[in-house]
Amino acid sequence: MLDLKNLSKTFNPGTVNEKVALQGVSLHLEEGDFATIVGSNGAGKSTLFNAIAGGFIPDTGTITLDGKDITFQPDYRRSKVIGRMFQDPLKGTAPHMTIEENLALAFLRASRQTSPFSRITKADRALFAEKLSALGLGLEERMKQPVGLLSGGQRQALTLLMATLVTPKLLLLDEHTAALDPATADKVLELTKQIVAEHHITCLMITHNMHDALTLGNRTLMMDGGRIVLDIGGAERAHMTVPELLERFAANAGHALDNDRILLSKGK
Amino acid sequence: MFTAATVLSALELGFIYALVAMALFLSFRVLNIADMTTDGAFTLGCAVSATAAVAGHPFLGLPLAMLAGAAAGFITAFLQTRLAVPSILAGIITNTGLYTINLAVMGFSSNVPMLKTETVFTAAQALLGEGAPYKLLVAVLVTVVVCVLLILFLGTRLGLSIRATGNNPDMVRASSINTTFTITVGLCIANAMTALSGAVLAQYQKSADINLGTGMVVIGLASLIIGETLFGRGGLWTKAVAAVAGSVIYRFIIALALRANVPAESLKLISAVIVALAIAAPALRDRAAFRRRRAHAEKEGARHA
Repeated sequence: MLDLKNLSKTFNPGTVNEKVALQGVSLHLEEGDFATIVGSNGAGKSTLFNAIAGGFIPDTGTITLDGKDITFQPDYRRSKVIGRMFQDPLKGTAPHMTIEENLALAFLRASRQTSPFSRITKADRALFAEKLSALGLGLEERMKQPVGLLSGGQRQALTLLMATLVTPKLLLLDEHTAALDPATADKVLELTKQIVAEHHITCLMITHNMHDALTLGNRTLMMDGGRIVLDIGGAERAHMTVPELLERFAANAGHALDNDRILLSKGK
Repeated sequence: MFTAATVLSALELGFIYALVAMALFLSFRVLNIADMTTDGAFTLGCAVSATAAVAGHPFLGLPLAMLAGAAAGFITAFLQTRLAVPSILAGIITNTGLYTINLAVMGFSSNVPMLKTETVFTAAQALLGEGAPYKLLVAVLVTVVVCVLLILFLGTRLGLSIRATGNNPDMVRASSINTTFTITVGLCIANAMTALSGAVLAQYQKSADINLGTGMVVIGLASLIIGETLFGRGGLWTKAVAAVAGSVIYRFIIALALRANVPAESLKLISAVIVALAIAAPALRDRAAFRRRRAHAEKEGARHA
């Protein structure tokens, strides 16, 4: 489904701020693959997502999604088929617009043929209400309220719904539960698993929770210094423990994983 | 306090200038862009409409002025979205260029007198008769129609995309919306409305002048903010009504100032002060609250010491 070939990116080349963010990253995801990504800060995880979503054009390499080369496609075109969620719940929704209006915007991705002057119809509303009630947060009763009134967890759940309202070919989750309290994070993660499984969505998820990294989905990728240093799946992954994973990382990256948040979450 | 004539003219001007307030509602509030094209676009509307009216086409002058305003907005949007010129500077550049364009439209003269020219107002007078408040009716009709169309438009898919562009650009790009396109459409519509306001005004006062638009962005903002402060909480319809009401109130304030023998030359200064105070109001309120809180804490501290 997704094919990354030799992606590289250096920010501010030739200046004191030069930063090699990606170094020859190659990755192949099968349709329905759900891979988690772990790595220290600055390992290039979010940069990788930005490259895939079109936030910048890579210096070298190609990106192919569902057989189509999207390397030079502008970001708003890619978002027709790529759903995206960020850590910050404020990033995914328009606060001054109502829940219904936000969903209508997300629904635009489906509407190649509808006129730009068409309005939200009764059928749209019924669909939104049905999808909202599946979240189990009672948001279907509040469709006319501005999103700014919702809590962070509610907004993140809404963003998840918006990212998957039109089933994307690829879903990019950038620590989308990290800013939520534990109970809400669990709820949003549960919804994520449910929606991804239901629609058989190909998915990449950045996490700092080593337990999640091993148990969610079917593959675990570890990044370091702009490279993918570890890619495990199948039986090997099924039997792997968190300490073993960290050991493998240290062996491949040449140093131990140095991220407080990751190490803190180790015991979980 | 006011004579019937002053009330009538304040209402008329209020409704005509309300289009500028609505245009700024779209650019400043919805798109979150301070559009400095406004002054030039207003004069452009005056110039196009006056020139068309003098040529015998007062009605055609209004849509032509809107087209010209939209073109001005397009240039600002192009500078901003395609050439990465900062948005305020983009507007100022267009505005500066428009000065020459506006003179050219008026035949390289700084004003166009239209004393004997047929206008949409004289046409309305002929239709409704001398006694009817025909000027007010024309002004209200134009403004209400445009405001209703604008609000209906903001509820469409394209309108929602424009609103989201100003509200959360991050989210917009992730929703397959092209911000270059939405900003361009938004600025074109806003400047078309500003130009329409100028077009109606030129025919209303039977003259166009190169300086008519000077300070218009501040006057429009003053109207918008007055309206928002007094009635602005609620949905889009409330906000539209608030912008129109703000514009009318602003004209009453000006009429009051004139009545109090404030010289006409100082009106721009008064407008500037109103806008500065209105925009600063939240910051001033916060600072006052902070001072009160600190004074209270100091008093408490002194008591326990």
